[in-house]
Amino acid sequence: MFQRLRDIRQPVRLTIDGEAVTADAGDSVMAAILASGIASFRRTPQSGAERGPYCGMGVCFDCLVTIDGRGNRQACLAVVREGMVVESGGARPAIGGP
Amino acid sequence: MKADPRDLVIVGAGPAGMAAAVEAARLGLAVTVVDEGQGPGGQVHRAILGGPLSTGGLGADYEGGRALAEAFVVCRAERSFETAAFMIERRPGGFTVAASGPAGARLIPTRALLIATGALERPFPIPGWTLPGVMTAGAAQTLLKTSAMAPEGPIVLAGTGPLLLLLAAQYARLGTNIEALLDTTPSGAARRALPFLPEFLASPYLRKGLAVLVEARRGGRIVRRVTALAAEGVERIEAVRFTARGRTERIAAQTLLLHQGVVPQVHLAMASGAEHRWCEERLAFEPTLTPDGETSVQGLYVAGDSGGIAGAEASALAGALAARAIARSLGRPAPDDRTLRRALDRARRGRRFLDAYYRPADAFRIPADDVIACRCEEVTAGAIRAAAQAGAQGPNQAKAFTRAGMGPCQGRLCALTVTAIMAQATGLPPDEIGHARLRPPVKPVTLGEIAALAGKD
Repeated sequence: MFQRLRDIRQPVRLTIDGEAVTADAGDSVMAAILASGIASFRRTPQSGAERGPYCGMGVCFDCLVTIDGRGNRQACLAVVREGMVVESGGARPAIGGP
Repeated sequence: MKADPRDLVIVGAGPAGMAAAVEAARLGLAVTVVDEGQGPGGQVHRAILGGPLSTGGLGADYEGGRALAEAFVVCRAERSFETAAFMIERRPGGFTVAASGPAGARLIPTRALLIATGALERPFPIPGWTLPGVMTAGAAQTLLKTSAMAPEGPIVLAGTGPLLLLLAAQYARLGTNIEALLDTTPSGAARRALPFLPEFLASPYLRKGLAVLVEARRGGRIVRRVTALAAEGVERIEAVRFTARGRTERIAAQTLLLHQGVVPQVHLAMASGAEHRWCEERLAFEPTLTPDGETSVQGLYVAGDSGGIAGAEASALAGALAARAIARSLGRPAPDDRTLRRALDRARRGRRFLDAYYRPADAFRIPADDVIACRCEEVTAGAIRAAAQAGAQGPNQAKAFTRAGMGPCQGRLCALTVTAIMAQATGLPPDEIGHARLRPPVKPVTLGEIAALAGKD
């Protein structure tokens, strides 16, 4: 749902919901997810409503995703790294998990 | 293992934090700066060093931050990026700052502390604002600065304030078309701002504002006097419904970008015990500060937009002034402030006009009963009103009644909305209603990180 106006300068490969994606060094995980065509990052625990990023700067916590097995990470603050595994959907970390 | 205390810890590497660090380091202080971002600049100059559009397309105000950022990255301060300060404790002769970064959490003892956490966008609670595809204009601008990304159309911008027009102008310049810009600036704005017109005319804002307006117009249709606004869709936004001059219209939209000004990010200073007061002109809570930027807590300073919205230039000057005051308080000599103070007065000129002109309408600040106020816990404005009518004395009791402010954001985003709803429902001034109490950790950290701190100080 977001498009790049400039070419990728320094490719970073990661996986988003099982799909291989190429992002640019310096992209936030939020940017990489939005560029891959995903608008809904998670469902709320209360009503199950779809949510995507709102504030984009670490305030609202609507962009929570699972990154490398750790749940509830703010996608807008996390930076893409080579080999990163990102899962949307709002999964919570298992008790005793990483 | 006890680290030697720093002279000064600065939270935030935007204009105020960067300028304070450069000045304090120059005066010989041992300085540590922590910032959540990847690099210097804060929100306003995000990705100014090396970002994909750092050398063109975003305008002179954005690029104007480069000189300060370049001075900051070579100054003798320690810089910790991707690092969040989550707790501040007073200790004899200073503070301990707990910060969480890529290498885990650490405790930083310091003699003085400067909070320069900047601003956040004022909440814009309208029907459907929680749908994916609805985000703030600032979020879209961040994606532009860090990744040169723009939404796929149709794009609708809505709200009021300079940043909204700036984004429209930037999109126009980069060839991204806007379906419509829905201007919610209330009628009577010009009349309200008129008393401040002379100083505005004498400020650089006039020239900058006109240039942005001309460019924004080129970007697409502008609809003025919008009095009602809703995002519609099921799993994501599909359309925007709005009313302007009594006529309602529905337009298809994949992205709705909302903005109605910015307010100080007060959470860290508030959680540290600094006194804050409601400012009716700017409709926000602001810390009580001395001219040097010291809060009601001795040794704790606030500079820049987190002390009251003033813009990038004024923020940098306030940061430098605070750094000098802190140096003097630690017994170091610092230069005479008169030149800087004059520059600060100049930089603040025109601000009152903007505050009055772009004051958001009550209808978009104090939502109707069926609108979600607390996004995290999905609490409606009606539920908060009911709690106020049932006797909840303020946001902290409203938490117990409704869970508003108890989700992952801890009320960072909804606090102003909750206060506004309760003030309206009870007829009490916002100062008496108060702000949701913020408790450390003010940023999320794992128990493992906190446990690892044990015995470090």
